[in-house]
Amino acid sequence: MKPILCIDFGSTYTKVVGIDVDEPKILGRTQSFTTVKEDINIGLEKAIGKLANITGISEWPVRFACSSAAGGLKMIAIGLVPQLTMEAAKRAALSAGAKILKTYSYELNEAELDEIAKLKPDIILFTGGIDGGNQKVVLHNAQQLTQCKVRCPLVFAGNKAVSDQVAKILRASEWKVYVANNVMPTLNELSIDSARALIRDIFLEHIVVAKGLSKVQNTIDNILMPTPSAVLLAAELLSKGHIGAKGIGELIIVDVGGATTDVHSVADGHPTQSNVLIKGLSDLKIKRTVEGDLGARYSLPSLVEVVGIEAIAATIPTSVEVINQILKDLEAHPESFVSEPGLLKTLDDVAAEIAVKESVTRHAGMLEVHYTPFGTVYQQTGKDLSQVSHVIGTGGPLIYHHNVRSALKAAQFDPKNPFSLKPLSPNYYIDKQYILAAMGLLSIKYPKQALALLKSAITEV
Amino acid sequence: MHKAWVQGIMSHTIVLGVIGADVHAVGNKILHYAYTQAGFFVVNLGVMVSQEEFVQAAIESGARAIVVSSLYGHGEIDCRGLRDKCIEAGLENIKLYAGGNLVVGKTDFKEVEDKFIAMGFDRVYPPGTDPKTSIDDINKDLNS
Repeated sequence: MKPILCIDFGSTYTKVVGIDVDEPKILGRTQSFTTVKEDINIGLEKAIGKLANITGISEWPVRFACSSAAGGLKMIAIGLVPQLTMEAAKRAALSAGAKILKTYSYELNEAELDEIAKLKPDIILFTGGIDGGNQKVVLHNAQQLTQCKVRCPLVFAGNKAVSDQVAKILRASEWKVYVANNVMPTLNELSIDSARALIRDIFLEHIVVAKGLSKVQNTIDNILMPTPSAVLLAAELLSKGHIGAKGIGELIIVDVGGATTDVHSVADGHPTQSNVLIKGLSDLKIKRTVEGDLGARYSLPSLVEVVGIEAIAATIPTSVEVINQILKDLEAHPESFVSEPGLLKTLDDVAAEIAVKESVTRHAGMLEVHYTPFGTVYQQTGKDLSQVSHVIGTGGPLIYHHNVRSALKAAQFDPKNPFSLKPLSPNYYIDKQYILAAMGLLSIKYPKQALALLKSAITEV
Repeated sequence: MHKAWVQGIMSHTIVLGVIGADVHAVGNKILHYAYTQAGFFVVNLGVMVSQEEFVQAAIESGARAIVVSSLYGHGEIDCRGLRDKCIEAGLENIKLYAGGNLVVGKTDFKEVEDKFIAMGFDRVYPPGTDPKTSIDDINKDLNS
């Protein structure tokens, strides 16, 4: 037996999964409150103690960890045109596992500089202009940033023609500048690998220390990445497979949480119908989107707003007043959790379903119809996910859902919204043991074992 | 890498595309080829391009000229307002060129030209114009 411990320092819980990679087998999984304010080791040791009760193992010589504690990897993305370099910067940051605090476009003004200082980002991703393109606004923004009252690592991934100049301007005013390749080197072409790699390096070098997570560095091989990156790795492995072991093919993972809903897709997203032209910024094969207004607890008020409180009350069914009261109660005690049937449980279930529906609709591409003198032409923006065959649910509100299949079905193509390119007839799965992030971590050194465990842990519903 | 950069010459960046619901791609490919050969850095948006996309591409690429082509006869409707959008986006000095089969039916070209000039275009070309004509004009306009 070769035991390995995978740790996920979450904002609320520190989750640990014990794995025997020899067999391979999941030995057990426990969690305890994250204790980032005092000493993060306290929570970790508690979780490991609980795990010892299940597995009988208290020594874990090999440990991998990911973290979204202390607010996760908080980033700000600055671009030029909102639909172009700003969007490219946003996608690059998301695929590096970041939580985007805010995005900015065009010339930065003083109010925005103040706002950036207040938001206290961990990293700023600064872009603008294709290679050989706009210099004026990019240089203006570099100058403006010298006046900003906050300093943090900054990745410049804009017009290469001015990257030296930008770095010089910012370094002269004590910014720690890293220069990556342009996230949009030519128009509508997305190129994020270089920026993403730098963001990850910075996360390891600075952010882990800054967030007080370095105390565990001695006991852990390393905090390898932000948690969303680990989930993305698991998604990629499960979809594509590994030497000698096939993956399951194109997939979507929906992770409904208390504050946000993350959607990961591994699919090329090319048009599947004839007469379709691709429009706009190219998309990533492995794509992550985060919906900050869709969650079952902290973001419940905004989720309710998305569909309207009357619609929610009608679905449950109850009165608008009752829903309002629950919202108020939850605001005071967001940690309340019930598994017994009842009004709150039903609201949880309804919220999870809405989160799935809305988040996948926003993640999937859209078709636009144009009636031209030469017949009907369709323009596609985003990814065509209609042929994706696997939709996998994870996150508390889905795992504890009383009818998870019905909740996940909200990710399916809807004839009432025929231009949204959602999966036509996928199979549905649940990550019952909540192990996607752990398997992503494990996959770095043990991809074969991680794939086998993923395949057996993801159960069809 | 772009030819003009390899040669170390600063070239003109131009945005090229077929406007509106027009899917004619051949002329667009010819112009892309001719302009690239002429040493321009061409940001080609292809067919079915909206006014907003022309403007956004020009901002992001720092282009000094937008070349709009249209073959299906709806060019006048599609191009109206492009100059205003450019001004709104801070591209007051950008040069606008239009060419192709810009209106339906047999209309005197002078009439078409006047209409497009009034709409804020700098130069207008009738069907069958040699790409070289516009290349010479772009060079003249942008070098001055």
